[in-house]
Amino acid sequence: MSGILLAVVSVTAIGILCAVMLAVASKVMAVAVDERLVSLRECLPGANCGACGFAGCDGYAAALAAGGTATNLCIPGGDPVSRQVGEILGVGFVDVVERVAVVHCCGTSENTRDKMAYQGVATCVAAKLLYGGRGACAYGCLGFGDCAAVCPNGAICIEDNLARINTRLCTGCGLCAKTCPNKVIYTQADVITTVVTCSNLEKGAAIRKKCSNGCIGCKKCERECPNGAIAVVDNLARIDYEKCGGCGKCAEVCTTKCIRRASYAGIFRNAG
Amino acid sequence: MDFRGLVIILLSAVLVNNYVLRQFLGICPFLGVSKELGSATGMSIAVIFVMLMSTAVTWPIQMYLLVPNGMGYLQTIVFILVIAALVQLVEIALKKYVKSLYSALGVYLPLITTNCAVLGVTIANINKGYGFAESLVNAFGSGLGFFLAMVIFSGVRGHTEDSEPPESFAGLPITLISAAILSLSFFGFNGVIENLFGQ
Repeated sequence: MSGILLAVVSVTAIGILCAVMLAVASKVMAVAVDERLVSLRECLPGANCGACGFAGCDGYAAALAAGGTATNLCIPGGDPVSRQVGEILGVGFVDVVERVAVVHCCGTSENTRDKMAYQGVATCVAAKLLYGGRGACAYGCLGFGDCAAVCPNGAICIEDNLARINTRLCTGCGLCAKTCPNKVIYTQADVITTVVTCSNLEKGAAIRKKCSNGCIGCKKCERECPNGAIAVVDNLARIDYEKCGGCGKCAEVCTTKCIRRASYAGIFRNAG
Repeated sequence: MDFRGLVIILLSAVLVNNYVLRQFLGICPFLGVSKELGSATGMSIAVIFVMLMSTAVTWPIQMYLLVPNGMGYLQTIVFILVIAALVQLVEIALKKYVKSLYSALGVYLPLITTNCAVLGVTIANINKGYGFAESLVNAFGSGLGFFLAMVIFSGVRGHTEDSEPPESFAGLPITLISAAILSLSFFGFNGVIENLFGQ
């Protein structure tokens, strides 16, 4: 009997000792948690997309609580989150420029062709390793949907070997832009009106053989633009959206119709 | 025991009696946290740390409290109790005083609380009749062995996941198969200690 008693008493004693030790330790070594941090983290969307430039929502909340960080960096959250964050921190509301992913390629089977019957691993990264992918153009969309796989909102689908963005679902987090091995996808402010749907840097004659949609660097758009917003660099037209007035003349004159009105490219989420 | 004996204990704990690959203890973190090298090393360092700490506490308890009072049969329950409390205490202390280590170990520290490898090491130390110093060396070696297994396996896993196994093997099946092969390869260390030190 005494053996059982001794065992029960000693285990209980060890248990109580541990409990007291932990209780004391948690009081003595308590670390003050910033209350704002908790509420900030709660109002962020929790997508952990990293569009703000921090390591997930926790990282952004910590940076916000520490101060000195802009409150409008959360792109998926948009204006409502920016407003809430501003209220918690006691600073004014800053408008969030919402962004949207844009595919700078139009290499559908109608416009371009395959140069091989690729049968390897069905990801863009793997396909690019084999002579730059299956398509004739080594700069364009590889068409295996690495971007679609990484998209947290299911906003991308591959249609006719080309990534398409559903702009109603796209939150502009830019994960697809980071993933795309050919850097065909970029995120842009979703007020843009024209898009160069080509990423090829080769000379015009070379592109002509590969894709009927490619930018041949003819500079018609550059000459036509009233605001001087377009420059052809490395045989590819590039639009400076800071200067672009949205008249759409470039899209009208484009020889290969690779500059398209953004409405055609599927943007104008808010206006539509 | 002399220095040579300690080296033998250390090497055999790392290679020959590797806790994960030879004794099949601590399999849950081995399969759960080995997806990325960063988290695998974080987990392993936390394991080494906790194994050392809990050995340093449980060995005296066994030798000076349980055995003299004829309560050796309480070993398991007391060890679990003490290790759990200890890990919590260490976590609180780290959070307060060594913030960098706390954020590096992160979520892995509480995860180890009831890890069977940690309990296994502390009980094995008693069963093998090790002294205090030998127990600490054995605990450190076991932790290092865990570290080795985790790092190797995270590399293996990276490759198996990239190489797109057949659908029926994808995920856990191929992971278990590669774990088995890795474990088999560690049997190649059988007899290494005897040959090195000529026992």
